[in-house]
Amino acid sequence: MTPSAPSPTTDARTGFDVQKVRRDFPILGERVHGKPLVYLDSANTSQKPQVVLDAMDEYYRHANANIHRATHLLSERATALYEGARAKAATFINAPDPKTIVLTKGTTDGINLVAQSYGRSVLKPGDEVVLSWLEHHSNIVPWQIVCEQTGAQLRVVPINEAGEIEIEQYRSMLSPRTRIVAMGHVSNALGTINPVDEIIAPAHAHGAVVLIDGAQAVPHLTVDVQALDCDFYVFSSHKMFGPTGVGVLYGRSSLLEAMPPYQGGGDMIASVTFEKTCYNVVPYKFEAGTPNIAGVAGFGAAIDYLMGIDRAAALAHEDEVLTYATARVREIPGTRIFGEARRKTGVLSFLLEGVHPHDAGTILDNEGVAVRTGQHCAQPVMDRFGITATIRASLAIYNTREEIDVLVRALERVRGVFT
Amino acid sequence: MSDLSELYQEVILDHNRRPRNFRAIPSASHHAEGYNPLCGDRLNLYVQVEGNVITDVAFQGSGCAISKASASLMTDAVKGQTVNEARALFERFHHVVTTPPDQPVEDLGKLSVLAGVREFPVRVKCASLAWHTLKAALERDAHASTE
Repeated sequence: MTPSAPSPTTDARTGFDVQKVRRDFPILGERVHGKPLVYLDSANTSQKPQVVLDAMDEYYRHANANIHRATHLLSERATALYEGARAKAATFINAPDPKTIVLTKGTTDGINLVAQSYGRSVLKPGDEVVLSWLEHHSNIVPWQIVCEQTGAQLRVVPINEAGEIEIEQYRSMLSPRTRIVAMGHVSNALGTINPVDEIIAPAHAHGAVVLIDGAQAVPHLTVDVQALDCDFYVFSSHKMFGPTGVGVLYGRSSLLEAMPPYQGGGDMIASVTFEKTCYNVVPYKFEAGTPNIAGVAGFGAAIDYLMGIDRAAALAHEDEVLTYATARVREIPGTRIFGEARRKTGVLSFLLEGVHPHDAGTILDNEGVAVRTGQHCAQPVMDRFGITATIRASLAIYNTREEIDVLVRALERVRGVFT
Repeated sequence: MSDLSELYQEVILDHNRRPRNFRAIPSASHHAEGYNPLCGDRLNLYVQVEGNVITDVAFQGSGCAISKASASLMTDAVKGQTVNEARALFERFHHVVTTPPDQPVEDLGKLSVLAGVREFPVRVKCASLAWHTLKAALERDAHASTE
């Protein structure tokens, strides 16, 4: 192969060819209400490139069989796809071994697994679980449940007006009672990038284990779980251009080995008699039942896709579009932006004075612009700012400045209706 | 294509800007709180029933233009009605906003401005929140939800 010349659509500032990327995503050519789709809801779920669609189709056409349990060729193919995706996921986050990768249904499933398997077996009355006001409901409710079961207490680190974790208060909250710290890497509601290194090391100094919810981080940032030195890292396929219903729980090997199973069933056992069941080894011990094999095949393709692009250039492009969007939206009279952290990615949350986000969402949709309006599964964040909802435009590698111009024109139409 | 101007008619925008009966009735004989978990909107509805007649009705809360205008229009519509008339009007209104847009519906006077939500299925709950809350208040059920 000869290296190709830079495409004429390559951005000179970032070296990123967004038009080439857009062509990889068939749905971006869709029209809604007669207008070209402007998809600004990737923090909710991302769109999928053709290679992911093909991988799932190929699986069903040429490899459909159950994994790990048959001697025939199709089962071998299915197992190779499934275990291949596990190995790719390990590479993707620089995990030391594919055995440290548990394939789950998604981030929520991964957090529930850790809360019920690890949390429930270590937490005692008086122990503390520390999280932050920025968390998504899925990194709150599983901990509330396990605290109720064990008598442990939740401690919640406040955030400042910019939407950043108060790191000094976090440090002062840590004590020998702290057993688990569970924090998001990137906030889904505000886009804040949390200083995870400043979260993990102090927790370890107090003997606590740390779970990082990376659902909103992996589509944007390069993640290295060994450099982070976290104990658990969870994320979802569907936020990073893969299908829904698939996710990853990375766990430190020694912890996964010691943890009891989460669910019982097929594939998670070594032998079963009515007297005694021996569990399978890690990670299979945590993967009961026939999994979403087609989804995992698609997830593997999504990892290949992401690792095949220049991620630094992609992030520079996204940052450039976010900066542009922030400036353009701020120019609209009566807008208030929520979340102005020094380090943020992918999310612009805001309100238009005198307009309920729900009404804005309907009018934007009519202009072809898809955003999320509401509390973004992060009610504590809304409460912190004394609001019930925001308009959230969220970005991915395929968004452009031109789409932001469409958003701004549509927001002006919203203002036109209400003022 | 869905028609936005059908949804955001001047009457709705006016009731959103200046909602009627937007106050609390601390001594109301009936009260309920409505909640739309989709958007987090809350609505407190106060109903004063004397004999079998709704002599006063008022609401407070935050919400989108559709839900606020619907609550405002509803309070105007049911004030002076008997409890049974109000319940019957709930059924008629509910039928209007949930009938597919290509089918004819009954004319409910001022309330008919909300028939435009039929073109926007995700917004039907916004239009019906106040009515569900009214139904709950009259049944003395403290909480209404659009779920």
